[in-house]
Amino acid sequence: MSAALELRGVSRQFGALRAVDGVDLTVPAGTRHGLIGPNGAGKSTLFRLITGTLRVTAGSVWLGEQDITGQRESRRARLGVSQTLQHSSLFLPLTVEQNAMLAAQRRHGSPGSLLPRRQPEARDRVAELLAAVGLGGRAGVTAGELSHGERRQLEIALALACEPQLLLLDEPAAGMSTGESERLIELIRALPATVTVLIVEHDLDVVFQLAGAITVLHLGRVLLTGSPAEVRGSAAVREAYLGTANREELFLGGS
Amino acid sequence: MIVDWFDANLVSILNGFAIGSLLFILAVGLSIVFGMMDVLNLAHGALYLVGAYLGYQFAGDTSSWAGFLTALGTAALVGLLAGGVLSTMTEPLARRPHLDQALLTLGVALVVAELLAIFYGNDVLRVVAPPGLNGSTKVFGDTYPTYRLALIGIGALIAVAVYVVVERTTVGALVRASVADREMVSAVGVDNRRVKLAVLGVGSSLAALAGVLGGPINGAGPGLDERVLILALVVVVIGGLGSIKGAFVGALLIGQVESLGRALVPDLASFVLFGALALVLIVRPRGLFGAPKAAV
Amino acid sequence: MRPRLLVGVAVLVVLAMVPLFVAPYETGILSRILIFALLAVSLDVLVGITGLPSLGHAAYFGIGAYTAGWLSINVTAEAPVPLLAAALAGAVAAAATGWLAVRSSGIFFLMLTLAIGELIFQLAQQWESVTGGSNGLFGIPAVRLAGSPLTLAGFVYWYVLAGFVIGYAVLRVVSASPFGAVLRGIRDNEPRMRSLGYSPFRYKYAAFVLAGAVAGLAGGLLAAQARLVTTADVGFTTAALALLAVVIGGAGTLWGACLGAALVVLVRDALGPRLDGHGPLVLGLVFILAVYLLPRGFAGLSALRVRRRPA
Repeated sequence: MSAALELRGVSRQFGALRAVDGVDLTVPAGTRHGLIGPNGAGKSTLFRLITGTLRVTAGSVWLGEQDITGQRESRRARLGVSQTLQHSSLFLPLTVEQNAMLAAQRRHGSPGSLLPRRQPEARDRVAELLAAVGLGGRAGVTAGELSHGERRQLEIALALACEPQLLLLDEPAAGMSTGESERLIELIRALPATVTVLIVEHDLDVVFQLAGAITVLHLGRVLLTGSPAEVRGSAAVREAYLGTANREELFLGGS
Repeated sequence: MIVDWFDANLVSILNGFAIGSLLFILAVGLSIVFGMMDVLNLAHGALYLVGAYLGYQFAGDTSSWAGFLTALGTAALVGLLAGGVLSTMTEPLARRPHLDQALLTLGVALVVAELLAIFYGNDVLRVVAPPGLNGSTKVFGDTYPTYRLALIGIGALIAVAVYVVVERTTVGALVRASVADREMVSAVGVDNRRVKLAVLGVGSSLAALAGVLGGPINGAGPGLDERVLILALVVVVIGGLGSIKGAFVGALLIGQVESLGRALVPDLASFVLFGALALVLIVRPRGLFGAPKAAV
Repeated sequence: MRPRLLVGVAVLVVLAMVPLFVAPYETGILSRILIFALLAVSLDVLVGITGLPSLGHAAYFGIGAYTAGWLSINVTAEAPVPLLAAALAGAVAAAATGWLAVRSSGIFFLMLTLAIGELIFQLAQQWESVTGGSNGLFGIPAVRLAGSPLTLAGFVYWYVLAGFVIGYAVLRVVSASPFGAVLRGIRDNEPRMRSLGYSPFRYKYAAFVLAGAVAGLAGGLLAAQARLVTTADVGFTTAALALLAVVIGGAGTLWGACLGAALVVLVRDALGPRLDGHGPLVLGLVFILAVYLLPRGFAGLSALRVRRRPA
């Protein structure tokens, strides 16, 4: 079975700065993969290189058997790449249901229709998802009026409504209470094996609970890829986070 | 062969430089304000019109230096004031979408244009060039209006002056910084509102001056503000927002299109203008010399 | 939805009865209101629903008017031919210019549409053989219905009303469709729409062409009503006033644009003569006030009273 996502030597340069430097990453289908690293490691940039918001300056991005390096964001989304963003990106003047319908109607409805349509399949799916994320009773509320935690939940509902093949989560637990984080973890655990999940997170507890494999990024390069136990036990990772090591030590003499 | 072509079209080419000069003086203020604040001042054309009518007021029928200079001085002052007023008027809308500010300036433009039409009527009024400049000069065998030559000179002078101020003074550095990164400038402690006030003031002053200077060529009449606004916008978009070099090159280019273009292919000149705009927006959306910022 | 439908039908009935109770001159003004309202509503699709602020929409209005006028003079004035041709002309012109305009957004889009409008304005002035240049296209014959010309103000009004209802209904239906929802999504958060898998360009382009078609339709109605088309109809002032109508009425609701249009036409045509024809001055001031005070226009006021689902 091919990997759901594969990055081969992916780099992104901004002028003289190499934000992402020759990253190789393989995420097998159906797994939950974590991406962590200290601030400035290049996690957000890498995230955007996968979603297609940003173009790579070197290397290639593969979705299953398909080379999507040259594809733009909307095309990748149609192929099954779905994302939630660190800063909630919703349709604030619209209601919760209207938000979710925009996502759901592409797969379950007829978005191009010029005539009003009921789109029952999409509506049912939306009701299902809103209930799953805990927004069941809030369907008629304007997105702008939601609390921060509720907005994150709606973000996830939107991402899931696209029926993704690859779900990318950018710091989904940020700003969430413990209860909300737990619900989030449950939700992701409950996702079927047809969905591959890549989580970028700062909250190491969340990542260690969810991910089967974790990649640690530091200064734009892959420091280590391994199981949660391996990552937790790595001195190099600890040093990267605590900042006591410099670059040469990490990559030439590190553990 | 080429020499012959130049000879035949010399007048048009010179006209192009004259128009270009005028456009530069008009567009540079618009470009900087937009590049700095993402505020599109749609009243800019109306300010030109104010200047044009001031030119008529003081130097309309008789050719005199006193009249002309008074017109210039008054226009500069009025423009400065108007810019200040505009800046104050748009301030309450600072947190709203940029479109709201543009719409506000649109309303102001409508009001100003109407007031001028009420006061001066609907005819196109003639403005006469000051003595010494209201004749013709021989240029390479052709006679050419002296005033337009003077205009080319004035435009060049103003271009140099603006360049020196923006590139070599502290104030100019502030302006350039604001174009590049507005938030950073305010984070450093500079009051953005003052910079905006100053730039809108100077830019509007230049627009009014352009109106006076353009009087002997375009006169003063209703509809002139729209025409001139469009050209200025095209110059700004093609040259690049917030770039003085861009405004200069853009103005010269559009000046030639308007002049040489209309002389050679009169029916297609408008298409050339629009086509040039389209080409730049497709190939290089930030304009020829614009900063690599995302378009609003 | 039900109460709104009833209100709509009631309004329609009242409008239809106008010529029975109102004098010809005032009926003429109402015709002009309906025509301008249709233009404003088509602009609202762009501005209020899709988030594309156009300052050049009068171009397609004028093109539709010139097409209908020219056709009536030279070929036939038999309804609905000039009207259909006008809508088609508006659509074609919008399609030809829209593919470029829609690539940009926000202020850039504003500038580009301004330039397009100016271009069409200049074309109208130059192409004297077809448009009559600065003199305008005059002597447009009355619309014919089954052979007989509609000359009475009342009949012309009903013709205009019919055209308005058709145009408005089409836009209302599209607005309530999934396509309309996508447009609103693009307006509220275009990058998010991209990440959801939509190609915003296609939808914006389609909206632009649709808006152009309905603007052209409104132009066709103008040709039938005023029987004179001038370059002013295709120019910047008309475009600015249409935008004003949308802003005052509240962008995004469609019916708000109708109210805004009524205000604009009333001030310009009814009040104008009393103000020595300087209605635009009042309108400019109203515009300024509207921008400050009513960020959502009249429609925004109604949303304050009744808490209902946003459009």
